[in-house]
Amino acid sequence: MSDVLLARFADCIFWLARYVERAENLARILDVNETFSRDSRGGQNWRPILQLNSDEKRFFATHPAATAQSVVKFYVIDSGNPTSIISAIRYARENARTLRPLISTEMWVQLNVFYNRLAALGEDDLLPGRLAALFGIIKEACQTHTGITEGTLFRDQGWYFYQLGRYIERADQTTRLLDIKYHLLLPSPSDVGSPTDVSQWNALLRSAAGYHAYRRLHTASTTPARIAGFLLLNQAFPRSVHHCVREVSQLLSEVKSRYALRHGNDAAEELDRLRAVLGTLDISTILSEGLHEFLDLMQQQLNAVTRDLSIAFFGYSPEASQAQTATPQ
Amino acid sequence: MDPSILDGYDPQSFYCEMLRGSASHVIRERLSGLSIDALKQRAAAANAELYDLGITFTIYSDAQTIDRILPFDVLPRILSAEEWRHIERGIIQRITAINLLLDDVYHDQHVLRDGVVPAELILGNHNYRPLMRGIDLPHKTYVNICGTDIVRDERGTFLVLEDNARTPSGVSYVVENRHMMLRAFPDLLDDISLRAIDNYGAKLIAALQEVAPAGVADPQVVLLSPGTYNSAYFEHVFLAREMGVPLVEGSDLLVEDDRVFMRTTGGLSRVDVIYRRINDDYLDPEAFVPESMLGVPGLMRAYRAGNLALANAVGTGVADDKAVYAYMPRIIRYYLDEDQILPNVETHICREPKALRYTLDRLAELVVKPVGEAGGYGITVGPRASLRELDECRAKLVADPANYISQPCVNLSVAPTLVDGQIEPRHVDLRPFAVTGSSTWVLPGGLTRVALRRGSLVVNSSQGGGSKDTWVIE
Repeated sequence: MSDVLLARFADCIFWLARYVERAENLARILDVNETFSRDSRGGQNWRPILQLNSDEKRFFATHPAATAQSVVKFYVIDSGNPTSIISAIRYARENARTLRPLISTEMWVQLNVFYNRLAALGEDDLLPGRLAALFGIIKEACQTHTGITEGTLFRDQGWYFYQLGRYIERADQTTRLLDIKYHLLLPSPSDVGSPTDVSQWNALLRSAAGYHAYRRLHTASTTPARIAGFLLLNQAFPRSVHHCVREVSQLLSEVKSRYALRHGNDAAEELDRLRAVLGTLDISTILSEGLHEFLDLMQQQLNAVTRDLSIAFFGYSPEASQAQTATPQ
Repeated sequence: MDPSILDGYDPQSFYCEMLRGSASHVIRERLSGLSIDALKQRAAAANAELYDLGITFTIYSDAQTIDRILPFDVLPRILSAEEWRHIERGIIQRITAINLLLDDVYHDQHVLRDGVVPAELILGNHNYRPLMRGIDLPHKTYVNICGTDIVRDERGTFLVLEDNARTPSGVSYVVENRHMMLRAFPDLLDDISLRAIDNYGAKLIAALQEVAPAGVADPQVVLLSPGTYNSAYFEHVFLAREMGVPLVEGSDLLVEDDRVFMRTTGGLSRVDVIYRRINDDYLDPEAFVPESMLGVPGLMRAYRAGNLALANAVGTGVADDKAVYAYMPRIIRYYLDEDQILPNVETHICREPKALRYTLDRLAELVVKPVGEAGGYGITVGPRASLRELDECRAKLVADPANYISQPCVNLSVAPTLVDGQIEPRHVDLRPFAVTGSSTWVLPGGLTRVALRRGSLVVNSSQGGGSKDTWVIE
């Protein structure tokens, strides 16, 4: 194929990557909530996950209460819920089906098999004793996808748009992971620094696969500020917001120059601003000005980047791209 | 001799492709070394692989569409090199004549003025496109991709049943079936001088580049599909991949100043050749059906201006019409001064009073087909029809005779087929695929379709048909 890429295919491959990344992170968030959600009396609170995804209204329209079982079912196997893991993988597979001329057969087959496997899950598979293993399987299938993509996807324009989607989604998801913590602590900010608090922060690090890296950096001390700083600002941690934003920015400038793409300057400027913020602010400033507000701002700016890319490369009109970042392709 | 899985197999009076063929003895011997259980296991493994590939996934629940399921039978259909040479020559002759006919019909119309084909049959045909009058096509090639449906009678004679000169499908199954056989039965295929088929994509893109508008140095070819919900989308993907060209939908293309462009990440990019898998009617809402959402407004302007090649050309449907088919022996003689190498099935054109009377008199012996339908729809097979069905058919014939042809019921050849864990004879046909740019090339073998229902003569996938790999062996 020549070095042109259909705008529609760029859109599809960007979202293919995002949906798989989203599914992986949702599995991570649900997994870690098992630990988080237990209060001092051992009860569980799954409501923050609903808040995190702004899904409360939809959830309570069909469910009387946010029990562990109902929330997990809603987010894992409920194909009527567009923000569930099975929906994300279904959208990924739909995009992959459209993209079959572009992607490797192995990428397609793995997603097809993955989806069929999720579609075969029933409520029995969501019993408390089986959940950790199930989340493990889902994470691993997403990582298998990433590995197959790394080893088989031809590195032309399509690859760049795939990577752009992957890193934007990952940055967005890391802000959400941090935000869970915020939501949970919202009623009683005085808990900050208590023993429960520290173990929850450790669980958060583990869910982002950042525990060991963090330990190597900060041998003894686990403070919420350092952990939040690590997840947001560390330049070497692959899931940190700063790392992801830098990747996005570099990928964009590379694809623009290599393929002489004229558009996309708005997104590039947006990313420059984001990098400047992440490169100059320190975590104490962020915390003192409000972590939640900062995370919100990051999410808005990442949405703005997506909107700019959609207009510049995917053929969206500025009006149509308004609603598009939140809705499935 | 060792017991063979073919021991209990009885093709009765039908011509059997496996037992009668001169090239199949090697395969028969090798099959005799397999147990029926081993055969079943390998068939199950092959089908599981097709499932994972998503080629045979069943119901696509979100969109309520069903992806095409073409069951795959693991016992190959075998043709000798000699049989193939005959088929190949016959197909090339037929396509040459069809292209000459189309060029004539859309230019001076000698064939009509000389009374070889009734003018109203062509000019009154829905698929005749007056817009095509006077357009000169590179190499005068109208039909770039053709699938010719061939059957074999009880004496083993090959007969042409139908020419598919619009957008024939099925070639992806030919290649995928072969891939599957190479994986599931390497021992059967070992060292038998089997003709390769994996260069179809290379031949196709070369032919498409040959018909590009004059003066375009490195023509951009694309494949135009109706989209992911089309039942043949799998094949569109396959072809785009094999050719290494973009797979576009109507919304990806636009026409400006009579030139065609596709929307890319870098802006608009020129398109020179379109292999379109969309029927004429939906191709350009400006020129044809105005409600079409699948096509591209202005495409015909670009085409008429000579800035675009379409494969197949617009208006080829007039040549593969079931009524025009009846005139093919005369058309071949008229243009090429040759006898038909592959004969037609004897055909009665019911628009002619004598043929109508003949058909009505022998309705219970004949197959009656509407001329405009595809996919095996609307066919009445006389010997299999109930009295009521025959009465209904009679009424339709009398009401609209010009819409029908009739043919004798051909006792199609059979091939051993694995059905419910047993090997039984099932009727087969053959659709070879030919590619034409400046000259014609035929993919060795083609799609063997098999009627999986016992006794059924209808091989169409929409009517319970499956497919087999077709082997041309030296």
